[in-house]
Amino acid sequence: MSIFSPRSLPEALEIANNHPTARLLAGGTDTMVEINFRHYEPTDIISLRHVRELQTFEQTGEVYRVGSAIPYREFENGSYAHISQALSEAARTVGSPQIRAAGTIGGNLGTCSPAGDTLPVLSALDAQIELASVNGTRVLSIHDFMLGVKRNARASNEIITAINFSKIDGYQGYAKVGVRNAMVISIASACLVHDPKNQRVAIALGAVGPTIIRCRESEAWLSDNTDLSTNSPISADITNEFARRVSAEARPITDHRSTAEYRKHAVGVLAQRLLKRAMQ
Amino acid sequence: MTTRTTNKQRDVLGVSALRPDGIAKTQGTFSFSSDYTADNMLWGATLRSPHPYARIISIDISAAIKIDGVETILVSGDVPGKLTYGLIASDQPVFASDYVRYMGEPIAAVAADHPETCRRALDAIVVHYEVMAPLTSIEDALNPNTPSIHPDGNVFRHQRILHGDANATGDIIVEGEYEIGMQDQAFLGLEAALAYPDSDGAGVELVVATQWLHEDQNQIADCLAMPKEKVRLQLGGVGGAFGAREDISLQVHTCLLALRTGRPVKMQYTREESFFGHVHRHPGVIALKHHVTNEGRIVKIEGTMKLDGGAYASTSSAVLINGVTHIQGPYKCANAVFDGYAVRTNNPPCGAMRGFGVVQACFAHEGQMDKIAKAVGKSPVEVRLLNAMEKGDTLITGQAVESVAPVARCIRETDALPMPEPLSHGSEIMEFPGGSGRTSELHNIKRGIGWGVSIKNLMYSEGFDDSAEARCTLADGVATIKFATAEVGQGFVVLAQQIARTVLGVDVVVLDRIDTEIGSAGSTSASRQTWMSGGAVDGACRLVRERLFEHVAHTHGLDPLQLVIEDTDIVDTMGPLRVSVSEASKGVKIVQTFLHQHRKTEELDENGQGNCHVAFAFVAHRAVVDVDVELGLVKVVQIATAQDVGRSLNPLALLGQIEGGIAQGLGLAVMEEIIVQNGIVKNPSFTDYLLPTALDAPDVLFIPIEEPDPQAPLGAKGVGEPPCISVTPAIVAAIRDATGVDLKRTPVRPQDICL
Repeated sequence: MSIFSPRSLPEALEIANNHPTARLLAGGTDTMVEINFRHYEPTDIISLRHVRELQTFEQTGEVYRVGSAIPYREFENGSYAHISQALSEAARTVGSPQIRAAGTIGGNLGTCSPAGDTLPVLSALDAQIELASVNGTRVLSIHDFMLGVKRNARASNEIITAINFSKIDGYQGYAKVGVRNAMVISIASACLVHDPKNQRVAIALGAVGPTIIRCRESEAWLSDNTDLSTNSPISADITNEFARRVSAEARPITDHRSTAEYRKHAVGVLAQRLLKRAMQ
Repeated sequence: MTTRTTNKQRDVLGVSALRPDGIAKTQGTFSFSSDYTADNMLWGATLRSPHPYARIISIDISAAIKIDGVETILVSGDVPGKLTYGLIASDQPVFASDYVRYMGEPIAAVAADHPETCRRALDAIVVHYEVMAPLTSIEDALNPNTPSIHPDGNVFRHQRILHGDANATGDIIVEGEYEIGMQDQAFLGLEAALAYPDSDGAGVELVVATQWLHEDQNQIADCLAMPKEKVRLQLGGVGGAFGAREDISLQVHTCLLALRTGRPVKMQYTREESFFGHVHRHPGVIALKHHVTNEGRIVKIEGTMKLDGGAYASTSSAVLINGVTHIQGPYKCANAVFDGYAVRTNNPPCGAMRGFGVVQACFAHEGQMDKIAKAVGKSPVEVRLLNAMEKGDTLITGQAVESVAPVARCIRETDALPMPEPLSHGSEIMEFPGGSGRTSELHNIKRGIGWGVSIKNLMYSEGFDDSAEARCTLADGVATIKFATAEVGQGFVVLAQQIARTVLGVDVVVLDRIDTEIGSAGSTSASRQTWMSGGAVDGACRLVRERLFEHVAHTHGLDPLQLVIEDTDIVDTMGPLRVSVSEASKGVKIVQTFLHQHRKTEELDENGQGNCHVAFAFVAHRAVVDVDVELGLVKVVQIATAQDVGRSLNPLALLGQIEGGIAQGLGLAVMEEIIVQNGIVKNPSFTDYLLPTALDAPDVLFIPIEEPDPQAPLGAKGVGEPPCISVTPAIVAAIRDATGVDLKRTPVRPQDICL
């Protein structure tokens, strides 16, 4: 077992290329738990802590470019809390303050758990994921990046370097159901983004399917049946039907955390409430 | 003659004295049991069964023992003495050899140079199992046609209670069924021990986090086939217990490994392993039928309590007796027909946990009280006051309650505490149900109020020969106190100092090492140490004071009976003498040992009749909750409570017990449960076994009810268990009140409310 501690992105990419089975380590909040529970037997590890390129933040016009190794804390109430209200709300629900200080948004993408707290936000924002390797950089839509339960499109020699998404003028919000009032793994979550300029609402669900579920049919139905160019309140009939449709798009399972039936019910309630928050 | 030089408030009884280990624990410098190391130390680890029920065909350690750094591997055949242990029945194997009966049962132990080497060795041990279908339901265990999963059978105990007129009837019958999930003690300081073998191999010293040094000593000595005095125990720093450290876990294994290797061996469990390494609170089902008058007075109770004790006996039989003998609650009841069963299954073993059977009983009887209130058109408070037990009333065991019994006062004083402000648009979303998940808004939330009142026995029952010993040494104005009382976080260390300061008029009280070099203090459980070890320390200090008075009286030609302690001075009540205790004890060494015993109790007869308990404490809880009815999420807003404490010896420590107990009871009400499916534990981690966080903790309003109990040596009743007993049914009642849903089960899950 080797531990690499590259000092630059090119160096990190070189190492990743030469050690395709190596684990990328940023905050370590997933990897260390996996090691302790023996779900992962460490081989080689590439620590990204000193790769400064991954910590950078840029704004170009209306587009944000967020370095993958920025910790949740910065989105919750730190330097980048202003860029996305939903991301800030989602970041607050991740673990404890200690976890939020260490864990990173790129780590959330790398692990790609269906319960990953920031992933519904990135899905609803149609984020673009930058993946770099020694061969260059490619950009994938979040929807093409997330493939299944803890599976994503990152190749073994690639490093998630940044996340890009556009500034949106309308409401955006996140809600998460857990059995405890803080520091809890999601049993159902949802992010809703209202984009009045483009007259659309995006809604993405967490922990109710093998990966994040973007409710395209519900979104389409809503824009067909509602004027989404403003945030004027909409009728209960519309929000109820939206909830029903979102619920129908969920594909949850029953496990020790909750039941499929409850999860399906909960995402409907969250969809309805988030839509009302957007339209008021 | 001396004059008093200080006006400083002394840390005597009744004062919020700070505990001697407080700063170290706050700053992180306190040594918990897992922090100890020794030169030349080996690490120990345990191989556990992945199956809830299987026959062991073979255990092959040949590959594991060859691993570099592995010193020894022990299996059942290596146990020199008794092959089993247990607190009441010795039915649990040190190592499973023929069958494994629960997931996580120990099969072998390894000692090696590093924890990682231990892990590799455990992986390399090959066990062949014939996996069998586990027995996992109480009903199956009670079915006589089900094959026994243990030579001792599938029923640990059946106890019937037949009291008064079995044919008595009331005007109204109120029936209910209640179910309690499996709670874990979830202490933060994991199981850990360090064993030092004697150089001649004929004895061992064990430093361990436990609740009861001497009971561990007895059980370890039997398994090691050593005389008891060759097994010396010392208390390691304990990070919480709540009942989970009463049973043997790693004690025998650690000693065996140390004796076999001739080197110090340290064992410590991981968090996951801890869920398999100790007993849990019994899950169970209770059916209750109350006959009441039209007015709401209880005429008779009938029903059954069935507890799942898991694979081994532990304290199941005693937990059951506590449950059935408290099923009437703190209410008058003249007639009863009740049956209790504790059964063996292939689920995780269950035993002691804070509340010990009474938590289960209380959840059921308090559910019934609300149903009775509804049936007769009274409020929850009115129906409880109407039936409230008073001193002199009898339990359904026929035992008279001779303790102070301020049940009605607990209820009234709780009722008089202010209610919380209603939620408003200005309220923080984090204060709403759902908390940081931002799920709920004001109009989604309904508020509910619920009540719970309980009676809890203090100390051990059913004729158990219970005692506690303490020794006090006074020399040069310094008192040194020695006891074997396990300090598990409850604060006996500060209480002992307060007692000595009060009785002897000293300021400096040194606490000697807590170990088996003195007689047993009994277990730190059953709300008993303030009464038992407190009585022992008080007794030893009083004996020392008598000798000191004799010494001073002799010196000054006085009658010792004239002398009293006033602050830090010895004062002659009949004359001018005033001498400080430190001066009077200069050059003197007085040593006294005291054994405190409580009055004898009796076993129950076949009809469950007998004076089986020592004393009782009472408490009332009123819960206010906010519920997001549509999502089934709960925020406990406030708990108001008045508790019968006898006498408050340390108000700060008392409040700590009240708030901690309430948090633990809240956990059982809305989130804490070990999920077991077909004998498999699904959530052995703090990721999925949820404990309340600061955001889940309610505001607590607390009134101590101080009516000193003349039976108690310090007038004080134990306060550890009552806070967590009736708070659970109070919270669940408040959720029922908010939602209108007839919740039968605790913990309440979101889907129980909204689907």
